[in-house]
Amino acid sequence: MASALINVPPRAKRGEIIEIKTLISHTMETGFRRTQLGAVIPRDIIRRFVCTYNGTEVFSADLHPAIAANPFIVFSTMAIESGTLVFSWTGDNGFSVTESAAISVE
Amino acid sequence: MAIAVSVAAGEIASSDRRSGYDFMSRETRAMQDDDTANPGMLWVLEGGTLWEKKTGAAGRACADCHGDPRASMKGVAARYPAFDAGKGRPVGLEQRINVCRTDRQEAPALAYESRELLALTALVARQSRGLPIDIAIAARMRPFLAAGRATFHRRQGQLNLACAQCHDDNWGRQLAGNVIPQAHPTGYPLYRLEWQSLGSLQRRLRNCFVGIRAEPYDYGAPELVDLELYLMWRARGMTMDAPAVRP
Repeated sequence: MASALINVPPRAKRGEIIEIKTLISHTMETGFRRTQLGAVIPRDIIRRFVCTYNGTEVFSADLHPAIAANPFIVFSTMAIESGTLVFSWTGDNGFSVTESAAISVE
Repeated sequence: MAIAVSVAAGEIASSDRRSGYDFMSRETRAMQDDDTANPGMLWVLEGGTLWEKKTGAAGRACADCHGDPRASMKGVAARYPAFDAGKGRPVGLEQRINVCRTDRQEAPALAYESRELLALTALVARQSRGLPIDIAIAARMRPFLAAGRATFHRRQGQLNLACAQCHDDNWGRQLAGNVIPQAHPTGYPLYRLEWQSLGSLQRRLRNCFVGIRAEPYDYGAPELVDLELYLMWRARGMTMDAPAVRP
């Protein structure tokens, strides 16, 4: 059910700062809400987001219960060499999604 | 003369019509305009997967009959609610999808506001983005349009308010911290930041009923479909921007 949208520029010049946008489908249930009958709705959030560029970690974030549903994360990195950016989101209840995008650097 | 003026004050002149998009902040507009920032696109993406998936006793996918949605579904959402001969009354887009599911795919109907139904509706509605709302009112549609218009102008609920009092007479003014929009359904199903989810026009309408402390109609109720029909007709010619983002 999980789906992610990723926007990485397909081409970049060496040394250029590139902007990367990611959007993932997730309810981000805080664990503080209750049902109409008073039972606590268990927490279900993404805990960590990591982006690696040809195996090197270039960005990571810890996510917390106050973050809205469908987290949208934008960050920048420097285009060093052609290769692959791998994005992974991990969280509660064994949530794990990995996506990748290719970039060619001239 | 006084009567003529009060009638004219009721309806919004077509040159004054503004979509909910025009009332939004710069940041929310930017979110809607960028397909990788618009969370509604997550449902469109999922709708694309469901479109190809064979389901039901007939073992058929939407794609088996309709092919590529980009061609076959172009402009479809801009024409709904449309008359359904089988039911003898107009049906909304969600109902139309469910008719296809039960009759052609022989699968159980999807629940209103379920992820699957919203995803398929979003996929279909996306194909009308940029096209004008095009509601045809044939003779057989007139009674339903009249019923929808009557609901829009009828005072109801504990607050004794009609839709028209806010959305025809006082649009552009403040209701608590929010600007009152004109209630043109150009972008449904849309992602409401308050909901943190995609939702249908009927969900929005039920919200408004609760707001005026009236009992909301059930999902799929004829009264809601008639009201949808009136709202779409009232917004005829305006540009679709589904899946939209609203605050």
